Amino acid sequence: MLAYTLRRLLWLIPVLLFVAAITFTLMHLVPGGPWDRAKRLPPAAQANVEEKYGLDKPVWRQFVNYVFNAVQGDLGVSYRSINRPVKDIIWDGFKVTATLGVLALIVSVVLGMSLGLLAALRQNTVLDYASVTFATIGASVPSFVLGMLLLIVFSAYLHWLPSSGWGTWKQAIMPVTALSVLPTAYIARVTRASMLEVLQQDYIRTARAKGLRESVIVLRHLVRNGLIPVLTVIGPIAAFLVTGSFIIEYLFAIPGIGRYFVSSISARDYGMIMGTTLFYATVVVLANLIVDILYAVVDPRIRYN
Amino acid sequence: MAEALSPADALEEALETTTRYRSLWGDAARRFSRNRTAMLGLAVILVLAAMAVAAPLIERHDPSFQEYSALQQSPSGKYWLGTDLLGRDQWSRLVHGARISLSVGFLTQAVALAIGMAVGLAAGLGGRSIDNLMMRLTDVAYAFPDILMLILLLSVFGPNFIMIFVAIGLVSWPTLARLIRGQILSLQERDYVLAARAMGATRIRILFTHLMPNTLGPVTVAVVFGIPFAIFAEAALAFIGLGLQPPTPSWGRLVTDGFSAIRSSPHLVLFSSLAIAITMMAFTFIGDGLRDALDPRGR
Repeated sequence: MLAYTLRRLLWLIPVLLFVAAITFTLMHLVPGGPWDRAKRLPPAAQANVEEKYGLDKPVWRQFVNYVFNAVQGDLGVSYRSINRPVKDIIWDGFKVTATLGVLALIVSVVLGMSLGLLAALRQNTVLDYASVTFATIGASVPSFVLGMLLLIVFSAYLHWLPSSGWGTWKQAIMPVTALSVLPTAYIARVTRASMLEVLQQDYIRTARAKGLRESVIVLRHLVRNGLIPVLTVIGPIAAFLVTGSFIIEYLFAIPGIGRYFVSSISARDYGMIMGTTLFYATVVVLANLIVDILYAVVDPRIRYN
Repeated sequence: MAEALSPADALEEALETTTRYRSLWGDAARRFSRNRTAMLGLAVILVLAAMAVAAPLIERHDPSFQEYSALQQSPSGKYWLGTDLLGRDQWSRLVHGARISLSVGFLTQAVALAIGMAVGLAAGLGGRSIDNLMMRLTDVAYAFPDILMLILLLSVFGPNFIMIFVAIGLVSWPTLARLIRGQILSLQERDYVLAARAMGATRIRILFTHLMPNTLGPVTVAVVFGIPFAIFAEAALAFIGLGLQPPTPSWGRLVTDGFSAIRSSPHLVLFSSLAIAITMMAFTFIGDGLRDALDPRGR
C-alpha cells in the first residue's frame, strides 16, 4: 500500500512536467505578449522589461528556467499585479474558491447521502418518489442556469440576498446552493442504488433474523457496506467542486481563482497561467490518488500492487 | 445445397423454432421502449432536432434582424418569446440556437469518440508497452483541468465554429479511452474469446465479432452522457466570452446576452436557460434508459 502510494506520488512528477510543457507551448502560441497595449511602450522600455523577466531568452530556455524555479517553489511574479508573487495570488484566490467548494461539498454529501438513504429505507413511498424526482431533475440542471434563476428570484425580485461578492454568509447562500444541487442529486442517486443492493444481501437478512435492532443493522451493516460506491463518486465530485466553480465565481463576482485565470490569459500573464494550471493539475491528481487509497481502506477486498 | 448442418447451426435452428431469437440490441431496444422517462427524453430530443432542421421554416423573423422599434419586448403574439436588447426575435434565435447546440453536442462527441477509440483500442490491443504509453498519455490529459484547457485552446486558436468542437472533444476523450481500454482488456479474458482464439480466429476477426460489439454498449452510454456536458461547456464558454461569437445565436450566447438584462427582462435568461436545462435533462434521461437497457444486471 505504501509502495503503491509512493509510486503514484512519483508519477505526479512526469505528469506535471508534461502539463507544464503543454501549457507553456499553448500559452506562447497565443498571439501577442504581455506588453502589447493600446499605448505601446517605447522599444527601449519594452526591451528592459523583457530582459527583467527573462522574456528575451529563447522559449526553450525560458521553459527550463521556469521548471528550475518551480521545483524550488518559486512560481515567478505576475506581470499585471506589479511584481506580486504568483504563489500569493493563487493562494489568496484558492482560499476563496476552496471555501466555496468545501461548503458545497459538505452540503451535497450530507444532503445527498441522507436523501439516498431515506429513499432506500422507505422504498416506493412518497418520500422515495420525491427524492428520486429531485435527483433526476437536479442531475441535469447546469449550475449556472440554477444560479441565474436564483439571482432572478432572490435578488432581482425579492431583494433578499445580495447578487454578488463574497465574505458574508448571505453572499454564500446562492453560490453554494447553485454549486451543490447537481452533486447532491448525483450522490443521492448513487447512495439509493447502492443501499438498495446491500439491503438484498444475505447478511442483512441474517442480521434481521437474529433480532438485531434496526439502528444497528442500518449503521453497522447497511451504511458501512453501502458507502463504498458512494465514495467512488465523492472523489471526482470533490475535485470538480474545488476546481470547477469558474462559472459560478464569474456569475456571482466571487474573487476566487477562476477569475484570475480567465483574465490572466487575455493579459498574457504567463506566470499566472502556468501557476494556475500546475496548481490545479496537482489538486486533480492528488484528489484521484486519495480516492484510490480510500477505496482500499474502506473495502479490504481491493488490493493494489 | 446438400451440405449437412454443422452441430452448432443445427442447435441454433432447433432453438429458433421453440424460443424467439433475441439479440442484445433487440432486447435492449425493447427494454428501452418500456422505460417511460427514457422515451420522454427521446421525444424531446426528436422534437428539438426537428425544430433545428426546420429552423428557417418555423422562424417568425430573421434571427439577426434588429428591430429598433421593438427592443426588449415581453412575450406577445408578434414576438412569442419577446425580443432581446437589440430587438431580435427571441423565438427565432432560440430555434436557430437549437441547430448550434445540438451540433455542438453531437460533433464534439464524434471528435472525442475518434480520439478515445484510437487511444483505447491501441492500449487494449497493442500489448504492454503501448498500453503503458497510451495510459500515461491519458493520465496527463486527465490531470489537465477541463475548463483551463478549453480556455487556453480557444485563446490560441480563436473561438470559431470548428475550434469549439475540437476543443470540447479534446477535453472529453480521456474518459472514453479509459472505458474502451478497460472493456477490451476484460473482454479478452472471457472464455468465448479464448474459445474463438483456440478455434483459430484471427485477431481482426476477434476484434470485430467479439470485442467491438461488446464494447459498444458502455461506449454508447458514455457518449450520450457526454452530450449534455458538451452543451454545458459551450454555454459556459460563451458566458466567459470564449464561445461562438455574435451574432451566432448559440444557446450559451442567448443566456449570456440575456444575463446583461436580467433585471429589466428576466424572460430572456429564463427561456434560453430552460432550453439548455431541458435538453440536458432529455439526454440524461436517454443515457439512464440506455444504461438500464444495455446492462440488465444494473438497476
